Amino acid sequence: MSQPGLWETLRGIIWRDLLLAIRRRSDVAISVLFLVIVASLFPLGVGPEPAVLRTIAAGVLWVAALLACLLSLGRVFTADYLDGVLEQMLLIAQPLPVLVAGKVFAHWVVSGLPVVLLSPLLGLQFGLDGEALGMLVLSLLLGTPTLSMIGSIGAALVLGVRGSGLLVALLVLPLYVPVLIFGAGAVTSSMAGIGGEANLSLLGACLVLSVFFAPWATASALRIALE
Amino acid sequence: MNWSKYSAPLAFYPLAGKMIPWFGTIAALAIAVGLYIGLLVAPTDFQQGEAYRIIFVHVPAAWMSMFLYVVMAVWAAVGLGLNARLSFMMTQAIAPTGAMFTFLALLTGAMWGKPTWGAWWVWDARLTSELILLFQYAGVMLLRTSIDDQRRADRASGVCALVGVVNIPIIYFSVQWWNTLHQGASVSMTAAPKMATIMLTGMLLMTFGFWMYSLAVILSRVRCVILERESLQLWSKPSPVPEVVEVR
Amino acid sequence: MYWGSLSEFLEMGGYGLYVWTSFIITALCMVWEILALWRRRTAAIAESRNIMRSIG
Repeated sequence: MSQPGLWETLRGIIWRDLLLAIRRRSDVAISVLFLVIVASLFPLGVGPEPAVLRTIAAGVLWVAALLACLLSLGRVFTADYLDGVLEQMLLIAQPLPVLVAGKVFAHWVVSGLPVVLLSPLLGLQFGLDGEALGMLVLSLLLGTPTLSMIGSIGAALVLGVRGSGLLVALLVLPLYVPVLIFGAGAVTSSMAGIGGEANLSLLGACLVLSVFFAPWATASALRIALE
Repeated sequence: MNWSKYSAPLAFYPLAGKMIPWFGTIAALAIAVGLYIGLLVAPTDFQQGEAYRIIFVHVPAAWMSMFLYVVMAVWAAVGLGLNARLSFMMTQAIAPTGAMFTFLALLTGAMWGKPTWGAWWVWDARLTSELILLFQYAGVMLLRTSIDDQRRADRASGVCALVGVVNIPIIYFSVQWWNTLHQGASVSMTAAPKMATIMLTGMLLMTFGFWMYSLAVILSRVRCVILERESLQLWSKPSPVPEVVEVR
Repeated sequence: MYWGSLSEFLEMGGYGLYVWTSFIITALCMVWEILALWRRRTAAIAESRNIMRSIG
């Protein structure tokens, strides 16, 4: 019997996580619903003036997306931690950071991608128009994977710790600040007519950085949690 | 002299005890002279009036808050790399003092901002980074207290501190970027007036005093941590902690 | 010496409240930290003694 290669293992992990997510559809629905509800609360609190809503739209939608991502972080590792799959994963001969990256990617497909797909609809609610809507989708498309990557470090650190839900928020939210600034900034500056490309490229830089470093940090956090 | 023997917590305990009075005395002297210069000798600032005197505590506190975070992260890296218990104990001992200086920097900053800018708080890059720094200190400390297993608590909060040290410069840059986008709302802090030598002397003395204070406080906290964690190993003779053993 | 009188010194050119609040809170925090450490040390020593007594 030959060992499966790195790619096969990675594909296997991604497929497995996606399958599990499809079987537990309600989990996915909850975080998407959460996003919609949070975004709908703001007009009720701030008032229905279209001009005001348009100015806060980028910030509100980005904060809502960020919170939805935070809410779903508990799902990245907890189930596998509880049933012992994670411990098996540590024993696989393939490099752990790569496997972690696969899991985080699957998590993003399940919890980040729906947010990206839903965002134009929410943007319309806030009175965003063509170009700003496109920029919102693009910025979320570049930003939400970074959120999942960074969030996985926090999720791994608090694995199995009491009160982990609030703790992970405290650990991860400070790390989300730059992504929030660049993401919301992309939409705001495209609405102001100066183009969001600079912000988008900074978001891209954040994504590259997090793809290179976060899986490695997450892998060491997982080893610490399971040793 | 063989320094590596002091990497054992119980060997370090008496050494730290010997250093604390020295650092404490130097801190008291430096702070006393710094206060004398800052409050009594230094002339007023033409632009800000007497309110500028707050910088004699504000700037040292802000510098220490950032410096201590970096030192904490370095100890965490050493601990994770070499698997040294004392390094993690240092990480644990530094965090509260760093958090206190961060809090003080924010508070005195508000006290300085109100008369100078007319606002307690502005979303300037430095202020925002300092606020996030406070959250990160809180995160590192809370993560440690939430994990029961000592070894895991050490290593997890170490990773957390290391990740945070990468984050702070990125936040500083991103908020600056964000401010250029929202021009007009922010106040320019870069136009700092040239500082007279006497003011600079006072400020540097205060900084030096705060630094020595931190060393004294952190060393005495690390002694507490050693006592709390290694109390089962105090049996060795001669005992490193006579306070505990001599009563028997 | 820069100041003419004590009241001038305390007033700080009208900014006395801000300046003195900053200095006093900083001082209080430092004193509080030292006291808290002293209490922690006393408690840690007492605890170690207890352990010594119970195993010895």
